[in-house]
Amino acid sequence: MSTAPMLSVDNIGKSFRGLRAVNAVTFQVPRGDIVALIGPNGAGKTTTFNLIAGALPLSDGRVMLDGRDVTGLGQARICREGVGRTFQIVKPFAGLSVVENVMVGALRYDGGDVAKARAASLDILNLLELGDKASLPAQTLTLPDRKRLEVARALATRPKLLLLDEVMAGLRPVECDRMVAILQGLNRETGLTILLIEHVMRAVMALSDHVVVLHHGEKIAEGTPSEVTSHPKVLECYLGEEHA
Amino acid sequence: MDATFFLNVTSAGLLTGLVYGLMALGLSVIFGVMRVVNFAHGDMMVVAMYAAFLLFTKLGIQPVPALPLVAGGLFVLGYLLQRLVINRFLGATEHIQFLLLLSIAIIITNGVLMVFGPDARNIQLDASFESYSVGPLVLDKVRVIAAITAGGVAALLWAFFRYTTTGTAIRACADNPVGARVVGLNVEQLYAVTFGIGAACVGAAGCLLLLLVDVHPHLSSDYTLLGFIIVILGGLGSLGGALLGGILVGLSEALSGVLIAPSLKSMFSFGLLILVLLLRPQGILGKKP
Amino acid sequence: MSAAALLSGRGPRLLLALLAALVAAPLGVGDYALSILIAVLLQAYLGMSWNVMMGFAGQFSLGHALYVGLGAYASGTLFVHFGTSPWIGMLAGMAVSAAVGSVIGLLGFRFKVMGVYFALLTIAFAEFTRVLFDHWGWVGASSGLVLPVTNRASDDLWLLRGSPTMFYYLILAMTVGGFLFSRSLLMRRIGYYWQAIRENEDAADALGIPVFRCKMIAVAVSAAMTSIGGMFIAFFSNNLFPESIFSMHRSLELILGPIIGGVGTLFGPILGAVLLTAMGEAFTLMGETIGIDGVKQIAYGVCLLVILILKPGGVWPWLRTRFGLDGGGK
Repeated sequence: MSTAPMLSVDNIGKSFRGLRAVNAVTFQVPRGDIVALIGPNGAGKTTTFNLIAGALPLSDGRVMLDGRDVTGLGQARICREGVGRTFQIVKPFAGLSVVENVMVGALRYDGGDVAKARAASLDILNLLELGDKASLPAQTLTLPDRKRLEVARALATRPKLLLLDEVMAGLRPVECDRMVAILQGLNRETGLTILLIEHVMRAVMALSDHVVVLHHGEKIAEGTPSEVTSHPKVLECYLGEEHA
Repeated sequence: MDATFFLNVTSAGLLTGLVYGLMALGLSVIFGVMRVVNFAHGDMMVVAMYAAFLLFTKLGIQPVPALPLVAGGLFVLGYLLQRLVINRFLGATEHIQFLLLLSIAIIITNGVLMVFGPDARNIQLDASFESYSVGPLVLDKVRVIAAITAGGVAALLWAFFRYTTTGTAIRACADNPVGARVVGLNVEQLYAVTFGIGAACVGAAGCLLLLLVDVHPHLSSDYTLLGFIIVILGGLGSLGGALLGGILVGLSEALSGVLIAPSLKSMFSFGLLILVLLLRPQGILGKKP
Repeated sequence: MSAAALLSGRGPRLLLALLAALVAAPLGVGDYALSILIAVLLQAYLGMSWNVMMGFAGQFSLGHALYVGLGAYASGTLFVHFGTSPWIGMLAGMAVSAAVGSVIGLLGFRFKVMGVYFALLTIAFAEFTRVLFDHWGWVGASSGLVLPVTNRASDDLWLLRGSPTMFYYLILAMTVGGFLFSRSLLMRRIGYYWQAIRENEDAADALGIPVFRCKMIAVAVSAAMTSIGGMFIAFFSNNLFPESIFSMHRSLELILGPIIGGVGTLFGPILGAVLLTAMGEAFTLMGETIGIDGVKQIAYGVCLLVILILKPGGVWPWLRTRFGLDGGGK
């Protein structure tokens, strides 16, 4: 096993027609850790995600996954390299059933054996407590369930690194705690590395080993959850926002 | 074949192209505002041509004076069509919208066929045989009239969108329908007006084209395709683009008709369409998405 | 799904009964009814072929007459010039169509021509080819290609010269084959990938699906399937004109069935073909009674409009839920 971090983001940046959305962001996600990416709205978190996942081309910088340079690879390639992602604005395959949604992710394995993919997908759905809704059309799911479906679909691609974009948003506290427990379980039992964007601080506190704070497209702080929450710059940007 | 001949062919193509451009303007306006591809465009065109034909043969009204009448009639037709039918399909997927407009096209074309029969019709004005001479250039009088009128109607349309409240409101709907609704615009009403305007353009173009060519019911799909080629060339949603596209198609039809076999001329139009779709899908004057 | 499961349930049993009736049909019906059945099956088959590309993979083609024409001309010209069996001509037609489809797909997908624009691109290629064939002497140009017809005592299956009954069984076999093939496509990995791309291309891409390759396969398979229908038309009608075989009208007609029946479903194209032909026949009768040109088409257009307003997702999905015919597939 290599000693390289699972994900190493080196000085990445993105400009949209001159507007600097992400600027010189550098951080690492150690193997087996859960790292949270937080920051006020518009801080560039989702853009950073899209850069890592290959959904957007980088303007500059380098992304290393598990010691391999994946800079500039497309989204599909990066997924095959072992990155699973969810979308903040959920994108279910609306016309397919819940289990079929997950199967699409699982079919890359076992030579595309549909029966095996279905079995594996049902396991994942059970894990995410969606098992009883497996045969419903995805378009009938509620938003919290769609968020869970996003996670299930990403997990089906058997990622080394899971990118979760606000999967707790809109969940009730109890549901949120369930999701935290599920993710912790996955992390503990399979050693899955997770990078998540989250606004729900109780989830961030409970889950993450390490927190990276973005503001205006730049990293302003990082550290353990308690270090970060007492960091003056972080307090400034959050309190400034909320009192505005 | 000498230079004068080419000059004459070129100018005739250019003038006809302006009328084509006006027709395509209607398609462009409707797509630009509602994102609906009007597959019944050519059929509306044929209806307009027959309307002008009727007004001339029954009431003796020449196509140019008949233009406001026909355009007004087509406006009402377009307005009602949008209000009663198309409006409920605005969010539908492309193939459903396509089939919707196709059904409308089938009904229109065959309605025309029922009333007028399958034969080609044309009208003869005194002006049909007159021409202007400018130096070595000989221009058909009717062609010049048609082109100037088409340019005038296009200018009116431009002024409408630029300077009137309704025109501005329609542009707002095109940019952001949700935002337009939020600030209190009646989007359904504006869409219906837009479809009416698009149809009115076709009405005007139909009157003018009747001065230049024969009309028969089965021209409809040709005109629909021609409209598409023109707006794609010029850039969907761009007014200037539609006129430019019309002129280009008019020119290419006229020139390929004399340089190569006339029957090959549509192949050039389609070849051009393929190239533009691939290399500059936003059209020559269209903005980058 | 096991064979037993496949044969249980209301839908599949109905289907088997229908198939049995179709196999027996030539014994009990006259020439006219047989010609109607051939028309229905041909439309169903072509609709299924288009459905693979649009219904399964979500790529909107409005130019499928191109592949009908290529299939027809490939087998027709080889037969006329060299006496080649249409079965070999069919393979040639499939290869040519798949290749041409791949070129259109390659250009369209690589240059990111999407939705309506892609549909217009397919029309442009079909129309371009139509004019090209109109001027190509070896294939008969605009005066057409006529396949020699000789009187024979018996049907020649190798050269496809024979009675309407032979053609009926041929198109029946093609339709059944097309149905089973479509069904097996949907139940494989590629079928799931196509549907994912149809529903949300970005999400499919994020799941590691080779989107471009899958779309290319969809175009090539659909084009090749369609070209077999072209071969049938060539040998059944015995004459080919670019004006009609490549016409936009054909492209449009071809996709009506699946849209009315239900895009992306297995039975939609079949049901749509039945409905459309029934409508067409009924209105022809009505038109003849009234005696005015165009009445038939207007009624047809109004009917399309009404179906579209009432059942925009197609008739089959509604029938399926209404009558619980779920066992037979999508």
